[in-house]
Amino acid sequence: MSTGPSDSEIISLVLKGDHNAYATLVDRYKSYVFTLTLRFTKNREDAEEVSQDIFIKAYRSLADFKGTAKFSTWLYTIVNTTCITFLRKKRLEVKSLDDEKTFEVADSQDSGFRANVVEQKSRQNMVNQAIAMLNPDDAEIITLFYKNEQSLEEISHILGLEVNAAKVRLHRARGRLKEKMEKYFSEEVRNL
Amino acid sequence: MNANMNTSLNDDGMEGRLWEYIDGSGSLEERSVIEKLLADNQQWKEKYRELLELHQLVQVSSLEEPSMRFTKNVMEEIAKYHIAPATRTYIDKKIIRGIGIFFITLIVGFLIYGFSQINWQSSADNSLPFDVSKVDLGKVDFTKFFNNTYINIFMGINVVLGLMLLDRYLASKRKQLHREA
Repeated sequence: MSTGPSDSEIISLVLKGDHNAYATLVDRYKSYVFTLTLRFTKNREDAEEVSQDIFIKAYRSLADFKGTAKFSTWLYTIVNTTCITFLRKKRLEVKSLDDEKTFEVADSQDSGFRANVVEQKSRQNMVNQAIAMLNPDDAEIITLFYKNEQSLEEISHILGLEVNAAKVRLHRARGRLKEKMEKYFSEEVRNL
Repeated sequence: MNANMNTSLNDDGMEGRLWEYIDGSGSLEERSVIEKLLADNQQWKEKYRELLELHQLVQVSSLEEPSMRFTKNVMEEIAKYHIAPATRTYIDKKIIRGIGIFFITLIVGFLIYGFSQINWQSSADNSLPFDVSKVDLGKVDFTKFFNNTYINIFMGINVVLGLMLLDRYLASKRKQLHREA
């Protein structure tokens, strides 16, 4: 994933008292953590604040990292719990995957995007916009799978699910992403 | 991507299998079945093309970036904190095991006592080994159970375990006081 010292080497340095080494870990994972957090908060300011909180929590609990799983898997577990706590605090409803109303609400929330989406021609922006329109559960699993390159086993560990349940959730999330792409970006996709 | 494609139940099954094929998570047998379907069936071929297109689009999408000061902000914040000691250092596994043993003994004790009360000989006629109709919890004289040998042994074990745990707790407290002094 990156050059330089491994995550474990950096962690042992930090645990030995070299606190500045933690900056390397933050730099290495800040985009992943921020992207995942943004999927939940839907707001860059909140995402930045929550991401910062996540790195502080990870730092304080660093001694609990046993090294049996990848550091990223451990870190994303903190991302998941912190984001869910954030949503609860904000009294935003984390709806179940099968709740049809989720999509109605999501669609109504997405109407603001419509004005801008026509101008978003690049592939990256288009996909990011479409992912941002999904509910947090869907956006999270897609981000974990594609952007953070986590295996389904690792994702199931992060989300506290069985591997098969994670697989089903991923399939459904991709189906919903496809619907969003078809609904809002069909022209752009055809022109690519 | 075909914009007017609706997702039906049939499509769901097809999509699920195709996603597995794209992710490379299906079995070899399943892969060869899908390959055959893709070669022969236009509908499968079309759907595969759509899903692969989406898969590739998401794969090349970039990550969102936080502000330029993000790392600096985090480092400034963590300067105020210390790394907490690992949970395993302050949770004594022996205490957890002790509690486990206590509850297992409790359950085993009840089971032994329960089985000892069953009249096994009456089960020859395939009926329950005790007469359920005679069970009336209101009329149960609980005092007589505590005269039972099994109960006495069971209670004895629990008292010993309880004393051991208390001793361990007091010893750790004593050590802590010494350290503080």
